Amino acid sequence: MELLDSFIFITIVKAAVVFAVLMTTLAYLQWVERKVIAHVQVRPGPYRVGPHGLLQPVADVIKLLTKEDLLPPYVNKPLYLLAPFLAMTMALISISVIPFGPMITVGPVKTWMQLTDLNIGVLFILAASSMGVYGIALAGWSSNNKYALIGGLRSSAQMISYELPMSLAIAAPLLISNTLSLRQLVESQKGGIFNWNILHGPFPQIVSFIVFMIAAFAETNRVPFDLPEAENELVAGFHTEYSSMKFASFFMAEYSNMITVSALATLLFLGGWMAPWSVEWGASLVPTVIFAVAGATALYHGANAARKRDKRTLPVFGVVFLGIAGIFLLPVVQFWLLPLFWFAAKTGGILFLFMWVRATLPRFRYDQLMGFTWKFLFPVAMLNLLVTSFLVAWFTK
Amino acid sequence: MMNAVPISWFLTLSAILFALGVAGFLFRRNIITVFMSIELMLNAVNLSFVTFAYQHKEVSGHLFTFFVMVVAAAEAAVGLAIILTVFKGRSTLNIDDVNSMKN
Amino acid sequence: MDVILFLIFALIAVVCAINVVVQTHPISSALSLVGVMGSLAVLYLLLGAEFIAAAQVIVYAGAIMVLFVFVIMLLNAGAETRTGRSYLIPGAPLLVLFLGLLAFFVQRIFPDTTMVRFGGFTGGGPAEIGHALFTTYLLPFEVTSILILVAIIGAIVLARKEIE
Repeated sequence: MELLDSFIFITIVKAAVVFAVLMTTLAYLQWVERKVIAHVQVRPGPYRVGPHGLLQPVADVIKLLTKEDLLPPYVNKPLYLLAPFLAMTMALISISVIPFGPMITVGPVKTWMQLTDLNIGVLFILAASSMGVYGIALAGWSSNNKYALIGGLRSSAQMISYELPMSLAIAAPLLISNTLSLRQLVESQKGGIFNWNILHGPFPQIVSFIVFMIAAFAETNRVPFDLPEAENELVAGFHTEYSSMKFASFFMAEYSNMITVSALATLLFLGGWMAPWSVEWGASLVPTVIFAVAGATALYHGANAARKRDKRTLPVFGVVFLGIAGIFLLPVVQFWLLPLFWFAAKTGGILFLFMWVRATLPRFRYDQLMGFTWKFLFPVAMLNLLVTSFLVAWFTK
Repeated sequence: MMNAVPISWFLTLSAILFALGVAGFLFRRNIITVFMSIELMLNAVNLSFVTFAYQHKEVSGHLFTFFVMVVAAAEAAVGLAIILTVFKGRSTLNIDDVNSMKN
Repeated sequence: MDVILFLIFALIAVVCAINVVVQTHPISSALSLVGVMGSLAVLYLLLGAEFIAAAQVIVYAGAIMVLFVFVIMLLNAGAETRTGRSYLIPGAPLLVLFLGLLAFFVQRIFPDTTMVRFGGFTGGGPAEIGHALFTTYLLPFEVTSILILVAIIGAIVLARKEIE
């Protein structure tokens, strides 16, 4: 019992769970992205490897692991090997302060659904993303290739330029919540949807949210800001000379950064794991309803299948979804499953926004991108911070 | 004993880092390395400030560190701009070669 | 536990600092300096300076050193060539002797009356720093903002391309 209660043991178990879930999510996030982009472009996407392409990430992992891991002789070896390691480490380390839910009781231990709560949690995530710039700059430099160098320098300059409007956009809701600790940030937004920072207080943080999302797109090098790593510009940007597992590290670091900024947007603006309206009005039935509707749709489409394979796979998915809807009704798991559902739904919504934008928008040219941040986004973020602080000072006496 | 570090150890570390910074500043010829030794000296001084803030249980030491960081940032920006200008004019980063005022 | 943490990160800091001074290629020096700053950030956390530790990583290691790394990559400065004789054999023991003397004298001047424990000082959080910054130290705060403005203008003017 002493061992089970000890802080170190609980933390190790939590870290293992978070790591396992994160790795699986990273692999399947790529599947979701390919399916979303495919359906926007009216085509099926990965469809053959497993039912509806669900085994595609497994195939991709096997491919990346078994590709020839080449170490070109003309690169600067220590920096070449350090760069993907740095990118990956800094991307994963920011997940350690994100709260997924409230305090739960698992058997004899009571613990928060968060690896650790720092009272400078927001600054910790900013620090990890500042250090992530080194991975990309060093990758570009060590590859000893002018296209990689230009791609690396452009990407790092873009990342540090967009850190400024991002920090100012983060500072505004912190004025309303009065804390830098992520757990207390979520707790300060309890009480329904009008208490979430995006709609709360003397100045609803809508401008802040938009500025943060634009800066987040640029920080994670996603469309429309992905010129430094686009395939038809600059060969492949800073990861031209990387193959197999090292290339996979950069990819995983990018998706992990995406998850971090989406989770940060959820925690800062959308109320974290809080439900939009209180339980008396039926907020705990929302996941059940959503999954039941999904199950019914899958069963209907299974019955009138457009493609032959769908006749067998879609009804199975329908039954699975109805089962999950049933699980959400059990009171024994509701206390931890519901907050996790809300957090995952909001973060997933923002991730869907990332993918939707990728499928829709063209990319900026580099000078347009830099001009946009210095001449437009940074002044807008500063103005927003100014207005928020005036209104907060005026209305809290 | 295993749970507490004597405060003089922090000050010793600060002195050692400062001495190494001075050595780099005096003995290196590459202008960027000289500049980095200056940053090392500033970091050593920051450590002293924070240590004394712990000793006197005041937060003013932290504020001094904050101002030193801000000044170091401004100095790095202007200093690197100067280095870029010198490099454009003379194509060398060796401070021994920037001696047009001698002889 | 605190002693072990201090010893590990102090050792990393000193080794990286020696690396900064000794390496020929500026980029190895720059990355070693980032290592020094990182280990100093851990030591600040041990001393209860949470905000300063975060500011050290965000501002110093994450912005100023990135600027250094950019300039080194832009100028494409190669490794310095070593000319003359190597002073390693008489130099390294002299260095150790000098640093040892320095440590001895610092220990004599500052007696070990205060002991540093993790959690011994809780006044270094963002709330306390913010309060002191905007009340007691308001004038230096405003002056540093003007200083940064002057530095930005200076850097832009010095480093721009001349328009023919």
